[in-house]
Amino acid sequence: MDWKSIKTGLQDQFADKIQRWHEHNTRRIYLDIDAEMLEPVVTYLFNTLQSRFIIASAVDKPNNMMEIIYHFDFLHLPQVLSLRVVLSKDRLEIESIAPIIVGAEWIEREIHELFGITFKNHPNPVHLLLPDDWPEGNYPLRRDQ
Amino acid sequence: MSTIIPIGPYHPLQEEPEFFRLHVEGEKVVHLDIELGYNHRGIEKLAESKSWDQVVFLVERICGICSTSHPAAAINCMEDLGAIVAPERAQYIRAIICELERIHSHLLWVGLAGHFLGYNTVWMWSWKYREIVCDVLEKVTGNRQSYAMFKAGGVRRDLDQDDIPWIMESMDKMKPVVDLFRGAVMDDPVLHARLKGVGCLSAEDAINYAVVGPTARASGIRIDVRKDDPYFAYPWVDFDIVVYEEGDVYSKAMCRIDELYQSVSIIEQCLKKMKPGPIDLNIKELPPGEGIGRAEAPRGEVFHYTLSDGSNFPARYKVRAPSYTNILSNEKAVIGETVADAALILAAVDPCYCCTERLTVIDEENNKSVLGQADLLKLSQAKTETLMKRLSL
Repeated sequence: MDWKSIKTGLQDQFADKIQRWHEHNTRRIYLDIDAEMLEPVVTYLFNTLQSRFIIASAVDKPNNMMEIIYHFDFLHLPQVLSLRVVLSKDRLEIESIAPIIVGAEWIEREIHELFGITFKNHPNPVHLLLPDDWPEGNYPLRRDQ
Repeated sequence: MSTIIPIGPYHPLQEEPEFFRLHVEGEKVVHLDIELGYNHRGIEKLAESKSWDQVVFLVERICGICSTSHPAAAINCMEDLGAIVAPERAQYIRAIICELERIHSHLLWVGLAGHFLGYNTVWMWSWKYREIVCDVLEKVTGNRQSYAMFKAGGVRRDLDQDDIPWIMESMDKMKPVVDLFRGAVMDDPVLHARLKGVGCLSAEDAINYAVVGPTARASGIRIDVRKDDPYFAYPWVDFDIVVYEEGDVYSKAMCRIDELYQSVSIIEQCLKKMKPGPIDLNIKELPPGEGIGRAEAPRGEVFHYTLSDGSNFPARYKVRAPSYTNILSNEKAVIGETVADAALILAAVDPCYCCTERLTVIDEENNKSVLGQADLLKLSQAKTETLMKRLSL
């Protein structure tokens, strides 16, 4: 599969759902999507386009916002596709992608304990790095704490 | 009723702070719990208080064995952020250092695996021949480990042209060494019996668990950042990606050994092709924006993401080391195997190393320690001996 067909596939499938398609350069592509679109887009990327999950990065942004960026790549292609989902700090909840990709299980547990984002339907939502007796509601990588 | 065998908090073979809880029925492993966080150092948070130049030094401290792979990903990340292309000579020097590191890291793994299987000769060999590479690294960078060579836009020290013949000679010495290790694994019927078909990870699981590096390539997944997303001097040299199909411990070992040939060849090509020239662009500032950097470490893809607000410090710095995804795949590889093989399988993904070691096996019912670290080593070595006797060697 080449990058061109991946791009057209994504644009055909989710034409009006992609808020912003930003190509930082030919190898680094950022896609802004709504939180509720995450599950269908990831399913399409992983099952149909055979992409490979790299990792997710959470970022604490100004203006009461929080971002999760899911990074994917494709076999034998240089492109890294980053799906950006913006969440409001008033409602830090998003669907877990671990039921689709097992490899996302740890990073979601990590983001949960470091940033306080809840992943719905996560198969094993326990602490990953922090000890079990870590105080509730204390998130080490949050800037507002 | 299954018994729980805790391995850790330090891995018995590679002495890394991780805690595995093996649920066993008789000799068979039926379930595995993995616990992390014994050595979390808050590097991502720390990076936010360091200048861009200091970040490279900071990430160099993430791993003591593959100490150049994180700086490699970090400078790729910063160069992606600032759309910087470093001079050609710098790219060659970077690739040479990355490959030298891959050789000594793979040798270290082969040696430790040999020790655990009761092949102490292999262990001693690997330590002896690793010195050749460490000497070259010391000559080129001034350090045997933590080379402090990389910076965004170039490298910190030039490689002396007069050293090239000597480095070439050292690389020539490495070739028969790799033959030696390859022969030691390939021609030994006991190792075949001990490693083949043990700890298999299927290609499907490899993708599902998002594993990288030799762990993925031993399961038939042809991924290598050096080819897929070329950086440094890799697009200018010829090399092959080593792929094995079976996904067992034997494939993982062979994959690493065969990669040694490729690394030696890459270093030789770089030395032949590099021409005198500038090595640094003297980058002072990075613009606001985002950057993604990847590099192929000995254990697989290292991934760095950064967000810059235009100041001298990153606003966010995310690091994904290869072991982070590889270790989780043990969950699949170890199920159905015996306790004597478990510790080897857990180490077959070559997780990063740390210091002290401790291991106890506890009987769940009376909570009494029944097996210590030395016992588990004995158990593994005894299995090899039994096999040797059976094969009348």
